[in-house]
Amino acid sequence: MLKKNLFPRKCKDRALKVFAAAAVAAAVGAMLWILTTVAIRGFSSIGMEFFFNSTRPFGVPGGGIANALLGTLLITAGAALIAVPPAVAAGIWLAEFRDHRQLAALLRFSANVLMGTPSVLVGLFVYMILVVPTGNFSGLAASAALAVIMFPVILRTTEDMLGMVPDALRESALALGMTRTRATLAVVCKSARKGLLTGILLSLSRVSGETAPLLFTAMFSDAWPTGYFSEPTANLPVLITEYATNSPFESMHRMGWGAALTVTVLVLLINLGTRIIFREKHHGH
Amino acid sequence: MGIKIQASHLNFFYGRHQALFDNCLAVEANRITAVIGPSGCGKSTHLRIYNRIFELYREQRAEGELLIDGVNVLDSAVDVLELRRKVGMIFQKPTPFPMSVFDNVAYPLRLHYKLSKGEIADRVEQALRGASIWDEVKDKLRSSGLALSGGQQQRLCIARAIAVEPEILLMDEPTSAIDPVATLKIEELMDDLRRRFTIVIVTHNMQQAARISDFTAFFFKGKIVEFGETRQIFTNPRHPKTEEYITGRFG
Repeated sequence: MLKKNLFPRKCKDRALKVFAAAAVAAAVGAMLWILTTVAIRGFSSIGMEFFFNSTRPFGVPGGGIANALLGTLLITAGAALIAVPPAVAAGIWLAEFRDHRQLAALLRFSANVLMGTPSVLVGLFVYMILVVPTGNFSGLAASAALAVIMFPVILRTTEDMLGMVPDALRESALALGMTRTRATLAVVCKSARKGLLTGILLSLSRVSGETAPLLFTAMFSDAWPTGYFSEPTANLPVLITEYATNSPFESMHRMGWGAALTVTVLVLLINLGTRIIFREKHHGH
Repeated sequence: MGIKIQASHLNFFYGRHQALFDNCLAVEANRITAVIGPSGCGKSTHLRIYNRIFELYREQRAEGELLIDGVNVLDSAVDVLELRRKVGMIFQKPTPFPMSVFDNVAYPLRLHYKLSKGEIADRVEQALRGASIWDEVKDKLRSSGLALSGGQQQRLCIARAIAVEPEILLMDEPTSAIDPVATLKIEELMDDLRRRFTIVIVTHNMQQAARISDFTAFFFKGKIVEFGETRQIFTNPRHPKTEEYITGRFG
C-alpha cells in the first residue's frame, strides 16, 4: 500500500495550533489593554473626596461620584427586584412544567427576540410608557428598563440550568411522594442554585454598565439619589458618557476615568463575592 | 406469603410507540423478584408503572390493571403521593438530594409523618442502620450527601426510601453505576431487606439475578417470555429465548 506523506497533516495541525494561540493572545491582550488603561487612568482620581462627595455642576471644581455610585446601586438593585422573581418563575415553568408546548414556545421566542433587541429601544419604550405619562425622569424608570433587559437573560439561563438537572433526581423526589412543586423547589432548584445565581449575576453585570436606556430614563443629576421614584437620578454610566464627551474640563475627564474604574471593580466584586459565598457553603455544610 | 403485586394485561405506550405488550406478573410478598432481559426490552418501563412515575411525562401511558394488595393503583382515584410512599424506588445512578446526609433521610420522612425532633432522629438512624450505612456516616450526618462515595450514596438513597416505611422497593439497576465491592455490600443488604419488603429489581447482571433473587421474569421485546423460580429459570429454562439469553448467546 502506498503511504501518504505525513507532512501536510502535520502542517495543518501546527497551523491550527498557532491560530488558536494567536486568538487567545488577541482576546486576553485586548482585555488586559482595556483593564490596564482604565486602571491607570482611573486610579489617579480615586480618593476620599471621590467616593464620599457628590458630583458638582459643570465648571465647579472638586466633588466626587458618590451620588452616581449610590444611584447605580439603587437602579441595579431595583432592576433585580423587578426582574428576578418573574424571570426565575418563568424559567422554572419552562423547564419543569412542560404541559403547554405552544405557550412555552411563544415565551421562548419572545425572550430570544427581547434578548436581541438593542437596549436603546428598550430605553425608548420605557421612556414612552413611564417617563412621558408621569412627566418625570426617574431612577425607577431606569430600573424598569434594566429589568426588561435582564428578564430574558435570567429566564433562559434558569431554563438551561434546570435542564441540566438529571431527570433521575426529579424522579427520585417524586418517587418519595413529594408533590411536583416541592420536588421542583426543594430538590431541582436547590441542586441548580449555583447556576441560577450565576444567571442572575451574569445579567446584573451585563446591565450595570448599560448606558443607552439610562439616558432616556434616569438621565442625570448632581443631587443625591433621594428622588429615585420621581426625579432624575445620578448614575455611573451616564456620568462617564457626559464627562467624557460633553465636558471641556480635564478634571472631569479624569473623574470619568475614575468612574469607569469604579464600574469595572463593581462588576468584578459581584463575581468574586458569589464565588466566595459558594466556596464557604460547600465546605461549611 | 401471598401475592403482593398482580400485574394483569399491562400495555405501555411512549406516544404512539407501544413498548409493553400484555404483561402479566404476580410478585410474591417478601421475596426478591428479578427482571432480566436485553437492553430496550421494557424491563425498566415495566417497573416504572408500579409507582406511576412515568406520569411525569405526558406522552407516556399505561393500560391494564396493576393490583397492589388487591387495589388497582392505575385507577386515577388512587392517591399517587400515598402510592409512592408505599412503593419506594431506587434508581440506576445514586440520586442524593443537595442537602445533608441527615436531611436526605429526614426530609421525605417529615413530609409523610408527624414526628417530634427526637423521633425523627431515631427514625433516621434506624433507616441508615437498615441500609447498612450508619457506621460510615454517623460522624458526618451534617455534611453533604453529595460528598459520599458512589456506593455510599446509593445506600443513602436506600435509607431514604425505607425511612418512609414503604412495603415495596423497586430497584432499577441499582448497582450498575457502582464498583464491585460496593455492589457486594448492596447485595448483602438486599438479603436483609427482603424480610421487611417486597423487592422487584431490574438487573443487567445475570449472576446478580441468580445470586439474590427468588423469582425471575425474562423480558424480550416488551413481552414477559418466561417467569418462574430463579433456580428453575437459570437451570432449566422452558423457553428457548430464555436459554439463549442466560447462556449469553445474545443480549
